Amino acid sequence: MFDLRLLKRITIVCGHYGCGKTNFSLNLAIDMAKRNLKVTIVDLDVINPYFRSSDYENLLKTYDIHIIMPRYAGTNLDTPALSAEIESVFEQEDTHIIFDVGGDDAGAFALGRYADKLNKTGCSFIYLVNQYRNLIQTPQSAIEVLHEIMTACHLQPSYIVNNSHLQYETTPDDIKNALEYGDDIARQLKLPLLCTTAPYHLKDNPQLADYDLYYIKPIVRPPFGI
Amino acid sequence: MNNKVLMKGNEALAEAAIQAGCRYFFGYPITPQTELAAYMAKKMPKVNGVYLQAESEIAAANMVLGAAGTGVRAMTSSSSPGISLKSEAISYMAGCDIPALIVNVQRGGPGLGGIQPSQADYWQATKATGHGDFQILVFAPATVQEMVDLVGLAFDKGDEYRMPAMILADGMLGQMMEPVIIPEHTAQHLVEKTWACCGHQNKRKHNVLNSLFLTPSELERLIIERYKRYDIIKEKEQRWEEYRLDDADIVLVAYGASARVSHTAVDIAREKGYKAGLLRPVTLWPYPVKAFSTLKETAKAFISVEMSMGQMVDDVRLAVECRKPVHFVGRTGGKIPTPMEVADKIVEVGGMD
Repeated sequence: MFDLRLLKRITIVCGHYGCGKTNFSLNLAIDMAKRNLKVTIVDLDVINPYFRSSDYENLLKTYDIHIIMPRYAGTNLDTPALSAEIESVFEQEDTHIIFDVGGDDAGAFALGRYADKLNKTGCSFIYLVNQYRNLIQTPQSAIEVLHEIMTACHLQPSYIVNNSHLQYETTPDDIKNALEYGDDIARQLKLPLLCTTAPYHLKDNPQLADYDLYYIKPIVRPPFGI
Repeated sequence: MNNKVLMKGNEALAEAAIQAGCRYFFGYPITPQTELAAYMAKKMPKVNGVYLQAESEIAAANMVLGAAGTGVRAMTSSSSPGISLKSEAISYMAGCDIPALIVNVQRGGPGLGGIQPSQADYWQATKATGHGDFQILVFAPATVQEMVDLVGLAFDKGDEYRMPAMILADGMLGQMMEPVIIPEHTAQHLVEKTWACCGHQNKRKHNVLNSLFLTPSELERLIIERYKRYDIIKEKEQRWEEYRLDDADIVLVAYGASARVSHTAVDIAREKGYKAGLLRPVTLWPYPVKAFSTLKETAKAFISVEMSMGQMVDDVRLAVECRKPVHFVGRTGGKIPTPMEVADKIVEVGGMD
């Protein structure tokens, strides 16, 4: 796992929709909380009706993680209304904040609302990529999506996170085969690669023993299992 | 290199339709189906196809009627309230024997209902998609991969039998992501559409596609002819999947997302010593009656598991010819039953002997 101290007090997680932003944000929040950091998640996703961090409020409570949800999250109101409480996170200097942003430029527009304050306060802007996600399978297409996001939110990226995976079907080879993809994007954008993730079921897999990976748990998933 | 990709169900439906040769999409946005239309808006111009957002669902469905009438593969997609609006045009397609694909990513109803997943359009899809004597083919995928596979099949079978076909999905399947393989160019049975209104160039008699008939006897003759085709479909096109049914006493019957929940529930019940199994209809019309031929003798009871108030229960009763009790467990209004809720029902029914 990477050194959490690399991240500033406010972390922003952006990316193509469906690349794993919410699952990464939840894992990051929980790992911060486990290190006795005070954490608040801002669910800024105003475009996704299902599978959003607000759905995991109860799980987060067990780690004393506070979540600021859109006003109508979890209801039948398809209304993109953000909570006024979000303004308070810029004042809470003892709290680590994770902005879980909606996908693509459409989701990043909501983030643009806070661009001035974020630029003033400073933040770590993570761009999450997944080689196995449709429409961002090449470095070039992933970079194009980032440019659209930057135009929408008026913020500059700080880190790349290579979140390449195929959910429960991910093999050690899938992880290894996607390393170059993450490196290439970071190189082209002249940004540091913060970390490469791997699904938790691959932890302790001998084929990945030589790699420094951030193992993340599958928290965001359909309610079909036990 | 792995050729699997992660896709949302809605995107997978769209990409599969393009691969099946569909170049004409007419739609109108509605949650939880919107990613399908959004994907088409991005992709169709790149493959020389047409993406058109109509002024309403009614217009979109009538555009499909017109486009498909020229013999091309055309489709529309929506979610429950939108399908109600499209039902008029679907009836006209059936009345003109025009094949087209309609996707319903169901949400809670009636009325505007809600935006969470539901299966409460079962009756609408299988019994009365619109007015008049007609049926449409109804396919019910349970995984994102199956959404892909059934899109191609729905186009093929629609063309083969000259009738509209529906993919009956739900918000959960539409919104969830799974690894899929998208096969390229799946258009296999591109039957020649001699009936299409695509310009006769003075080389043949002009074709007419029409659902208005001036004499009742002619309309009756056509409908009876159509129903003979339906009989062939009922004989040849029933599809289903079985899970742990070999020695099952208690048979869950479920499709779509409910089948995914039921799959886990079967395993939980088996662990507790109950001989449970799952029969998953893949076609909802024709209903897979054949799947019940042995089960109605060997099983002790059936449980229909649904995200509705039990709209499929009567079809299960008919399929088992009321020889065994048919129970129901489910949630509605946008709620999904948990595997434990379903397993509890298996235990309850299992304890009844």
